[in-house]
Amino acid sequence: MTELLVKPIAVAAPAAPVAVAEAPAAAGRGTARRLLRFLARRPGLVLSGVLLLLVAVAAFAPGAFTSADPLVGEPAENFAAPGAAHWFGTDELGRDVFARVVHGTALSVKATLIAVGVAFVVGGLLGLVAGFVGGWVEDVVMRLVDVLLSIPALFLSLALVTALGYGTVEVAIAVGIASVAGFARVMRAEVLRVRTAVFVEAARSSGTRWYGVLARHVLPNSLGPVLVLATLELATAVLAVSSLSFLGFGAPPPAPEWGNLVSEGRNYLGNAWWLSTMPGLVVAGTVLAINRIARALDGEWAATR
Amino acid sequence: MGRYLARRLAQAIVVLWAAYTVSFLILDALPGDPVTAMASAGLDGGQVDPAELAAIRAEYGYDDPLVVRYLTNLGNAVTGDLGNSVATNRPVAETLGAALPPTLQLTAVALLLAVALGSAVALLATYTRRRWLRQLLLSLPGLGVAVPTFWVGLMLVQLLSFQLRLFPAFGNEGAATLVLPALTLAIPTGALVAQVLAKSLLTALDEPYVQTARAKGAGRVRIHLAHALRNASLPALTVVGLLAGQLLASAVVVETVFSRDGIGRVTASAVGAQDLPMVQGVVVLGALVFVLVNLLVDLVYPLLDRRIVVAGRRRSLA
Repeated sequence: MTELLVKPIAVAAPAAPVAVAEAPAAAGRGTARRLLRFLARRPGLVLSGVLLLLVAVAAFAPGAFTSADPLVGEPAENFAAPGAAHWFGTDELGRDVFARVVHGTALSVKATLIAVGVAFVVGGLLGLVAGFVGGWVEDVVMRLVDVLLSIPALFLSLALVTALGYGTVEVAIAVGIASVAGFARVMRAEVLRVRTAVFVEAARSSGTRWYGVLARHVLPNSLGPVLVLATLELATAVLAVSSLSFLGFGAPPPAPEWGNLVSEGRNYLGNAWWLSTMPGLVVAGTVLAINRIARALDGEWAATR
Repeated sequence: MGRYLARRLAQAIVVLWAAYTVSFLILDALPGDPVTAMASAGLDGGQVDPAELAAIRAEYGYDDPLVVRYLTNLGNAVTGDLGNSVATNRPVAETLGAALPPTLQLTAVALLLAVALGSAVALLATYTRRRWLRQLLLSLPGLGVAVPTFWVGLMLVQLLSFQLRLFPAFGNEGAATLVLPALTLAIPTGALVAQVLAKSLLTALDEPYVQTARAKGAGRVRIHLAHALRNASLPALTVVGLLAGQLLASAVVVETVFSRDGIGRVTASAVGAQDLPMVQGVVVLGALVFVLVNLLVDLVYPLLDRRIVVAGRRRSLA
């Protein structure tokens, strides 16, 4: 994460719009060439990007991948092994497992995004307040964060699920609250670093109001590492959400989710290996891909200058 | 040393109290109504008699204000009384105490396995001069943290017990049933240990004292194990301390996968039955384990590095 602290601009560079003036346009072309070379040397990174793109498409337009119905099967074709007709095989009711995984992506991705969103917003705000206000407020917030860290995340989310009830959104919120602590810590550390910077002092002494300093100077300059943490947290959230779904606290039975698909196959391990194996492979692949991209964002790109 | 210990102990007690308070607030102040859940447990969606509801409310003290309930419960918890389970009506502490031994056995074996596997991977990866082997070993931890625990468990059952018939797939009896669950639990923990240890070993091997040792004619194995490993093990130890609570929590998943009795099964069914006192008991137990293991780690630190106690004393005097 350190490289990011030093050169936050480097991460933003690939997203920079093509400018009108000539000199920046040349710089934009240079960046594009650099990006191409960067990717060409890292086939794993490209593969990760493609995989996540496929997951995103599956989440928003499952019809693009399969026309099979995820909920209604053909009982005569039950327990068909993976093949050309059914890529991931069929389950005990003859439902196409690939279709169920593709349609389950929507719920799993939704839960993951909500979880990371909750953690990002709540944790980020706590860290921002702690770092910017300081004093006893900082002490109270950071002690609370320490306590959250001392309760194992899964226990914390299980307690929240008990209080909130079952369902995809409830599980997502529980997972999100359980990972607030990390965001609060990183955000506070960044705000503390930026708050003492010369340009913040300059803004203050030239009469900028506190909310102006916060919104214009402190927030944009301290977000980088928090965003990297958010990408890493996506991977953790995928695993946590699918664990809770595996335990049966996610969406109720007929609806497919990555976690409960694995648990549905549990009773047929002996005669239909594909039922649990395939959805689990999708989860593992997604997590690996997210981790790979997070690593690229966290310094690898900046280090190639 | 005495002051170092006393400070750590005081911190541990504060953390425990705070964990109790946080779990109380989550479970008691959030919308879910334990009394309705309790009364409707036996009925299938039928209406609950309001008089009956009020009676249960009074019996469990749910009609008292929040603060009164909190102070009463906290007072009881200090004496070891965590209340009665809503589902079974037995004391929570008793149920957890009965479920603890198999889970402790499982997590202890898993922790040993994780440290052994993690250290082996890290040591071998930093020792070998073959590039491909180093790359392969260093990519294992990344894979280990990415695969879902429950899935690894099911895959192991499928391969090692259904196909090869090496180990029993389910149950609690005997050492053989412990192998697969412990291995499943050890994989993510071991991966993190390997990651941290490999990184700090590489840093340690670049230190001047390693050069000095090399100049004095120490062999590679001796430098690796006697000089670098001792200094590199501090960060790995910290990680083990931080992971202890998580290991207990992962037991929820692993015990479900392998149908083993223990804290995990108790937790899963308590959440399923909305058994608030039981869930709170589990959360407090998780924090207790976290606190105890970290106390232990704090005790081991000075054995590895004397400077830690000295620095702590100096700071407390300042």
